[in-house]
Amino acid sequence: MSDHVIPIFIALIMIAGLVKRVDVFSEFVEGAKESLGSAFGILPALIALMTAIGMFKASGALDVISAAVSPITEFLGFPKECIPLALIRPISGSGALAVFGSILSDVSPDSYAGRVASVIVGSTETTFYTAAVYYGITKIKKTRHTIASSLTADFTGFIMSALTVRLLLH
Amino acid sequence: MESFAKNIYKLILKYDIFLKIAINFRSYIYPECKGGYACLAGMAVFMLKWIFAVMLIISAIFGAVEGNMGQVCEAALNSSVEAVDLFLYLLGGMCMWGGLMRVAEKAKLTDILSELFRPFLKHIFKGLDMNGGAFRAICMNITANLLGLGNAATPLGLEAMRRLEQEEHTGDTASRNMIMFVVLNTASITLIPTTAASLRMKFGSAAPMEILPCVLITSACALAAGLISAAALDGMTLGRRKKE
Repeated sequence: MSDHVIPIFIALIMIAGLVKRVDVFSEFVEGAKESLGSAFGILPALIALMTAIGMFKASGALDVISAAVSPITEFLGFPKECIPLALIRPISGSGALAVFGSILSDVSPDSYAGRVASVIVGSTETTFYTAAVYYGITKIKKTRHTIASSLTADFTGFIMSALTVRLLLH
Repeated sequence: MESFAKNIYKLILKYDIFLKIAINFRSYIYPECKGGYACLAGMAVFMLKWIFAVMLIISAIFGAVEGNMGQVCEAALNSSVEAVDLFLYLLGGMCMWGGLMRVAEKAKLTDILSELFRPFLKHIFKGLDMNGGAFRAICMNITANLLGLGNAATPLGLEAMRRLEQEEHTGDTASRNMIMFVVLNTASITLIPTTAASLRMKFGSAAPMEILPCVLITSACALAAGLISAAALDGMTLGRRKKE
């Protein structure tokens, strides 16, 4: 079922493009060029954060933190490998990508922790950045419960990612 | 149980203190930022600065104490190469989806889909002119997000915020609809998790897209939790402001 989604989705976009007389090839190339620009924007941050995470992991400090929080995560059924990911996800997109890459190189993507990490990356967003950009354009100074509610959504996402992987994929 | 949840919310609301600290660092991090909550970005940058520095320092200390200095040194030299490797791997996929989604945008798929979401969104954004510019921009932004059109979603979202500000005369306090909209955007609502799938493939997953149902259910639950808490807290934070 999952294998069908992407090819059909792509074909539908192409059909819609042809029906609406879009110059599909030039627009595709133009869009790819735009993405290329924004992709290069994240590379420096990715290098910085992957170095930090790589060294932190190699020093053994990550194991100590994971062991310290493991009683809580065991209670919630959340894999301890994904703790750093949950911590950095609301703050930095490239940070989350760096942690995700390091998780997948440690455990198999098809293991429990690897799958939970994948679901977290696929289903949550960089809360602080998004809220900042959106309120940045207005004169709003009091955001009231925006951050509280957004973090509630993130936390629910973390719990649900562990739960759905356990129920649907294991 | 209910009072326990309320206490936790009060605790999170105190998060405001951190935001206020961030405001003070605003001029340092964000010289061009004149006000508003662009300092939220300042806060993320501020937090990252400390996370980054502290991680590197702890690594050196921990490595020395635990006798892992060899591995730490190796990590320091290798991680940047790994980062570029990861980036190159993702680059192709990012460009492919960027190109594809631009075709979708030009084919007016976003317009068609946003019509489909109108009846649903009507219930989330209350007291808003259904034919107004703000509501239209909100529909378009949510559609663009669903399709993973990051480049198109942000300008539409900014347009929606600007129009909400005009239509609701918000002043310096966020309105209920604004909060709903930002929460909707901070809870990711992308249909196809392309980045996660490409990275899974790189590390040898047998079925990179198998996570799709989990992602959809998790996104929906996270979104519902965010919106419900935003609606529930609406009265509470307004009351808090009145007391002040």
